[in-house]
Amino acid sequence: MRNRQLSRAPLLQAAFEPRIVAFFCNWCTYLAADLAGTSRMKYAPNVRVIRLMCSGRVDPQFVLDAFAQGADGVLIGGCHPGDCHYQEGNYKTLRRYHLLKCVLRQMGIEEERFRLEWISAAEGDRVRSVINDMVEKVRALGPLQLDAETEDIREEVAVC
Amino acid sequence: MLATKPRIAFYWCSSCGGCDETVVDLAEGLLDVIAAVEIVFWPVALDFKRKDVEAMPDGSITATFLNGAVRTTEQEEMARLLRSKSELLVAFGSCSHLGGIPGLANLFDRESILRTVYLESPSTVNPESVLPVTSHHDDGHTVVLPGFHNTVRTLDQIVDVDYYVPGCPPPPRILRTALQTLLGGDLPAKGTVFAPDCALCDECPRKDTKPETLSIAEFKRTQDLIIDEQTCLLAQGLVCMGPATRSGCEAACIRGNMPCTGCCGPTSRVRDQGAKILSCLASLVESKEDAEIDRVLNTIPDPVGTFYRYGLPGSFLRRKRSNEVQASM
Repeated sequence: MRNRQLSRAPLLQAAFEPRIVAFFCNWCTYLAADLAGTSRMKYAPNVRVIRLMCSGRVDPQFVLDAFAQGADGVLIGGCHPGDCHYQEGNYKTLRRYHLLKCVLRQMGIEEERFRLEWISAAEGDRVRSVINDMVEKVRALGPLQLDAETEDIREEVAVC
Repeated sequence: MLATKPRIAFYWCSSCGGCDETVVDLAEGLLDVIAAVEIVFWPVALDFKRKDVEAMPDGSITATFLNGAVRTTEQEEMARLLRSKSELLVAFGSCSHLGGIPGLANLFDRESILRTVYLESPSTVNPESVLPVTSHHDDGHTVVLPGFHNTVRTLDQIVDVDYYVPGCPPPPRILRTALQTLLGGDLPAKGTVFAPDCALCDECPRKDTKPETLSIAEFKRTQDLIIDEQTCLLAQGLVCMGPATRSGCEAACIRGNMPCTGCCGPTSRVRDQGAKILSCLASLVESKEDAEIDRVLNTIPDPVGTFYRYGLPGSFLRRKRSNEVQASM
């Protein structure tokens, strides 16, 4: 039943380490993350990066699914306004981000857990500072644990 | 002989009765149904009791059409009972399919609902602050009430479901198709939703009036304008759920000059209908500036209630975070 979910068991024993799912676009933010790596910059290891061709490819379903499966935060990284490889993709993301934030607020998910950043291929240092900053903010909020909550909802009606 | 006819049951859980109305809306077609099947259980219309169902052998009902979401322990027990007595279980209508209107109660928790209904609502007179209990002893007698779960569920979050009939209420034509298919014996794949697997826009009579590029500077509510009867409702700035909603209703609301509210749920390629219409509507906003984007989007007053009107329990997030509900109390 839980095989789709990332196991939280080892994390419960240690201090809370936020798990952040990051969707980075192929042309800017992913290259910036690559640059941060080749420049040997150190940043918090709490982010799982998923590379997409464009931040405009981030279906709001991806964000909700990540939260539902146990992510404590979701970060989207795209090209600066005007720099999109596909011209308009990041603007579509920006508009969806604003509306999705309203939905998450109504569903009781704190604003700091969902973030959109424009990071160009040259800004490796910005990848580091954004990730470090987000990890600290989410750490301060504590675990979201929607996967555990869904499990509780299931157990309420489980047949013994 | 009666026993050779397929045995059909209808049951209701957390619902308004509209789905049972669909059965009646088969009109003279209902006579054909009654001739072809034996209805063994239908609380809204026939006087069979739970004990009659309990006395049936397992799997002896050919198909049960169960409408309504699952909120109480009694509804949960009946869902399990009917599952074990039925060869096929059909989630009938939006509430059992995706959670429906009662599913919006997942924006609150049990305690705040009971408090509002029994203590705080303006018309409530309850000086002794009596709240419902599951068991009460009085003068040597015990009376019981069903338990009230914290979360509203879809039918398939409780038991295994074979087929789905969408809609609030389901159009009689879809019920007729479902009955014919199930009784015909050539069963479709498990999990089939008995409605076309394409968006409502595909069968919308106003399809040709949708502009090539849509852009929206302000979302309007139905009372804000005189709605043109020919033009695409999205093009008039109304929130129409058509692009993210399965067709099958023959655009009934659109023909009544009202926007689609999404009762038939998503198509098979979409898991979360609300996320999809959110994606669609947000990208129609013209502006590229944060403040202007916010201004336009703020003209949608209740995004969750609008995008998940019929499907909050079946969505990715299922309910408002419990600890957040408690914290805001």
